[in-house]
Amino acid sequence: MSTESLIRVERIVGRPIPLPGNDIDTDRIIPARFMTAITFDGLGELSFRDARFDAEGGELAHPMNDPRYRAKGRRVAIVNKNFGCGSSREHAPQALHRWGIHALIGESFADIFFGNCVAMGIPCVTATTADIARLMQLVEQDPAHDLTIDLLARTASYLDQTLPIALSDGAAHQLLTGTWDATRLLLEAMPKIREVAARVT
Amino acid sequence: MGKTLLDKVWDAHAVRELTSGQTQLFIGLHLVHEVTSPQAFAMLREAGLKMAFPERTIATVDHIIPTESQNRPLGDTQAEVMLSAIERNCREHGIRFFGPESGHQGIVHVIGPEMGLTRPGMTIACGDSHTSTHGAFGAVAFGIGTSQVRDVLASQCLAIERPRVRRIEVSGKRSRGVFAKDVTLHIIRRLGVKAGVGLAYEYAGPVFAEMSMEERMTVCNMSIEGGARLGYINPDATTIEYLRGREFVPSGEAFEQAAKTWLATASDADAIWHDTVQIDAAEIAPTITWGINPGQAIGVDEAIPSASEFAEDERAVVEDAYGYMGWSRGDRIAGTKIDVAFIGSCTNGRLSDLREAARVARRGRVAPGVKALVVPGSQAVARAAEAEGLDEIFRQAGFEWRLAGCSMCLAMNPDKLHGRQVCASSSNRNFKGRQGSPGGRTLLMSPAMVAAAALEGAVVDVRSLLAGEEG
Repeated sequence: MSTESLIRVERIVGRPIPLPGNDIDTDRIIPARFMTAITFDGLGELSFRDARFDAEGGELAHPMNDPRYRAKGRRVAIVNKNFGCGSSREHAPQALHRWGIHALIGESFADIFFGNCVAMGIPCVTATTADIARLMQLVEQDPAHDLTIDLLARTASYLDQTLPIALSDGAAHQLLTGTWDATRLLLEAMPKIREVAARVT
Repeated sequence: MGKTLLDKVWDAHAVRELTSGQTQLFIGLHLVHEVTSPQAFAMLREAGLKMAFPERTIATVDHIIPTESQNRPLGDTQAEVMLSAIERNCREHGIRFFGPESGHQGIVHVIGPEMGLTRPGMTIACGDSHTSTHGAFGAVAFGIGTSQVRDVLASQCLAIERPRVRRIEVSGKRSRGVFAKDVTLHIIRRLGVKAGVGLAYEYAGPVFAEMSMEERMTVCNMSIEGGARLGYINPDATTIEYLRGREFVPSGEAFEQAAKTWLATASDADAIWHDTVQIDAAEIAPTITWGINPGQAIGVDEAIPSASEFAEDERAVVEDAYGYMGWSRGDRIAGTKIDVAFIGSCTNGRLSDLREAARVARRGRVAPGVKALVVPGSQAVARAAEAEGLDEIFRQAGFEWRLAGCSMCLAMNPDKLHGRQVCASSSNRNFKGRQGSPGGRTLLMSPAMVAAAALEGAVVDVRSLLAGEEG
């Protein structure tokens, strides 16, 4: 968190992985029984555990088990509506990040999940329903290319397709200026913080 | 032009506007529990930072605490590691910690209000999405993630965007047997689980005005299930009377002065809301979830809806829910057999919830084969319930009377569903696997409905059991 570690997030390039479905909650992303620990270590492989494996450990059909998407490396997830709803657990984006996901593009994100991702330097950008459907289809047909999320140009590109993306001004500013880890920025205002502290309960 | 409560509280706590356009918002009260904080304390340590205002943080243990025995060391080694970690972190940073021996331990959203830590006009944050509960007092209270917990520990502030406010007015009068839980499930059913994204919900109108503070907490608690990070009810005489005499609330003249300030935080009559939704209480029946998110809810006298009743892009989730829950075409929710009944949680683990459940429980015995748990939301709730003899009513009816904690709401402790068990639950989430078994099925409902289901061994309309009883 020193000034040397200010990392600007401008452009994320990674192989795509579609994680289709509306209202995918954070309990599904990381079940609570895997949260009895005091670190985030080891969460990556537990991402979507119960959607990926049955009770006996047998593999179920899930994009994270699909040979086309499971290879290690930097990934960009494509999701639908209200991704990350429910519990505030940062364990969810921490698990996805440790699995390899460095950005998400979708129709919409739950507020707390979105904020957690920003605080980790992970952009969650939105695109229209039609564009997400088209992108998912394109990736399904031909998954072996890089998907680029460009926060400066506000575009996502895959193969010969480029589509507009949206991101709130606040989040965009935090990512582009490398202030997504907000602690130092917040501490700069300590005299002012003390003034407010003195007058509010 | 008037202001909403949200705007008043936000402006009073704004340290500055950041160049990002976000607000640097001062957090008056920070609540901490054992699951989402240890990594934040580690981040603080790694950055070589100290806490700015340790007196503004209060901690307890709730998620992982077992409810049968809380003797140390805890039976589960990992749970003991987590409890020891929060004890150590609180000692190191000088944070007040309410552990099992304190007499004040409980679910963080139950103990804050009952001790008078939660007051109107405050900003409250906690690494827990149900922090919205505290909005019942007219506080701006919301859940945050662990990196943001670190920010609050270090600076008592967050970089955050101001939400817009939707006013939800419920008019008319609730009919008998319709509880706060039914009102909130009905709202989420009507608006959906993502309608509140980017919004704060302001609950207004006669139905909320008539509610007790505990009922208001149930409603605000579930705001997040409708997608709204926070929900609140404007403070009124009910709020003031609830707070009078509580441990962390001033007394005497100071209280009267504070009460004036608190009442003044209510939204002005000429405030501008982003939009307004109107609901008639007459349309609300005892409501139960049938699916895998809290918006998939119906009245107890309804059949499971068919996919064609939903918008096209909802149908995949609906089909997923049919498969997971095991419904067949035309099934009705009433009569659905249950295996487990759970009364408790930050949604419905308070004294009035236990009273309503006990009123039903004393009419019979838990059906054979049903495991029924009553888990008070805090040690104080447990004491108050025991003083009234509620524990005896529950025990005699065949319920297990447990120690305070989150218990089976999220099953990060020994209280879990097994296999594909069906649970009638007074908690807040019916997500797949939420109650600890990857195939476990949850039916959300009011505590009285859970008690009724426990006696019947199946979902039943609590109104039929309460018929003829004096109000």
